[in-house]
Amino acid sequence: MTPLALLGRLGAATLGLLAALGRLSTFVVSTFSHMLRPPFYGREVLNALLQVGWLSLPVVGLTAIFTGGALALQIYAGGARFNAEAVVPQIVAIGMVRELGPVLVGLMIAARVTSSIAAEIATMKVTEQIDALVTLSTHPMKYLVAPRVLAGLLTVPALVGIGDIIGIMGGYTVATQNLGFNPATYLVNTVNFLEIHDVISSLVKGAVFGVIATTLGCYYGMNSGRGAQGVGRATKSSVETAAVLILAANFVLTGVFFSL
Amino acid sequence: MTDMTKPAMIEMKSVHKAFGANQVLRGVDLSIARGSSMVIIGGSGTGKSVMLKSVLGLITQDSGQILVDGKDAGKGHSSRDRDAFLARFGMLFQGAALFDSLPVWQNVAFRLLRGSLKRPKEEAREIAIEKLRRVGLKADVADRLPAELSGGMQKRVGLARAIAAEPEIIFFDEPTTGLDPIMSGVINDLIREIVVEMGATAMTITHDMSSVRAIADNVAMLHGGKIRWTGPVGDMDASGDPYVEQFISGSAEGPIEAVR
Ligand SMILES: Nc1ncnc2c1ncn2[C@@H]1O[C@H](COP(=O)(O)OP(=O)(O)OP(=O)(O)O)[C@@H](O)[C@H]1O
Ligand SMILES: [Mg+2]
Repeated sequence: MTPLALLGRLGAATLGLLAALGRLSTFVVSTFSHMLRPPFYGREVLNALLQVGWLSLPVVGLTAIFTGGALALQIYAGGARFNAEAVVPQIVAIGMVRELGPVLVGLMIAARVTSSIAAEIATMKVTEQIDALVTLSTHPMKYLVAPRVLAGLLTVPALVGIGDIIGIMGGYTVATQNLGFNPATYLVNTVNFLEIHDVISSLVKGAVFGVIATTLGCYYGMNSGRGAQGVGRATKSSVETAAVLILAANFVLTGVFFSL
Repeated sequence: MTDMTKPAMIEMKSVHKAFGANQVLRGVDLSIARGSSMVIIGGSGTGKSVMLKSVLGLITQDSGQILVDGKDAGKGHSSRDRDAFLARFGMLFQGAALFDSLPVWQNVAFRLLRGSLKRPKEEAREIAIEKLRRVGLKADVADRLPAELSGGMQKRVGLARAIAAEPEIIFFDEPTTGLDPIMSGVINDLIREIVVEMGATAMTITHDMSSVRAIADNVAMLHGGKIRWTGPVGDMDASGDPYVEQFISGSAEGPIEAVR
């Protein structure tokens, strides 16, 4: 391939990416504008809160407890190399709250929620249920998308908060049961070390990741191709994109919170 | 009876629509008088469903004009105008397009449970059950989910949903496909009743020639992306058009290619 052709390819790819970002931004703006204007579909919102938030609790809890436990073991082993085993409570707390809690919960939500939203909405699209909604004077953005994104915005920060706590408890259990830490000292160290800033950053990340995960599920679902293949592709792309965007957003947010 | 005496409720002027390289509509001209029943016939894949969807604005035509009650259906509508526009329509989709997360009665009463036509739940349910009865379904299907019904039952639920809010303009995409002959007769009578008693304007797609004779005031045949022939149902047998004749007789011999 000639350098010029390569440049052309690169240009086309960049333009494609920009166009996709443009469409996605329009989608997000439209979602929030529908969220703020009546009519509101309360039952849909409740159902979305249940699906996105409540039913995600088990997987979030399990992810967090194992991660917290493993983190405590690693930090103890690593810290031992320079006689710093005592920092386990502090590092577990910071690691969970600042990074692992939000990122792992975000990725779990992408796996659980984004995929199911994308598959559900894509199926509705393919079976003309979205067209049927429109003919029944119900705006799909308002009825299907806004409630789900709202649920992501509200419940994922809560899930992250719960994940943070469960992760710390996982570390605490391992540290006190297996590594010989004093329970009371462990908790005091954790609480004294964490700053409110850490907690806020964790929850803000949760909110952003929640919006990313739900929006992408809806976006790929609404733009699904035809047939079973269309649904499959929409689901796969939604999870891939949500996961990558969550990690990218995490990097940016970490920069914003901790290097300024 | 004929188009000339009453003002047109729906008017399509030189409507074109392509999907990529697939030219589906190539200049459709059609006028449907207020309070009359138009039946569209034509081979599979000729664009009959696309025609209905473009009147509703679910598909945007590439060129040409569609007037509903003298007003341009597609252009420059605020969302409130669009709601008012859609509130005049009922549509039965070819694949029924029932909302599979909602029980049957909530599908039928969808419009009556939210938005401008909202009414108390008990009343909406009663109306839903009454509409189900009219399409030959018993009250005990009301609380089932669409997935638990047979194809023909789903079709009839779709029909009940289309007529539930007593719209002025009703589109039926293959209302009797998948029904036994007796039930087809019931549905044909129902469609006729809706036009005669409620004064609705109906546009029906069907492949079933006995339905055509039972339902239609006027018939139009779509072929090659254009209206090949249109006229009162009484003139259909003496149309003198070889395409129409072949379609009515169901013969493989004639100008319409039957690829085997
Ligand atoms: N959303 C779409 N995207 C791409 N192509 C489409 C779309 N909808 C319809 N088509 C194409 O348009 C053509 C006409 O489709 P349409 O569904 O209107 O046929 P039809 O006349 O209703 O046939 P049938 O009697 O089998 O229902 C087909 O070739 C179909 O593949
Ligand atoms: Mg069709």
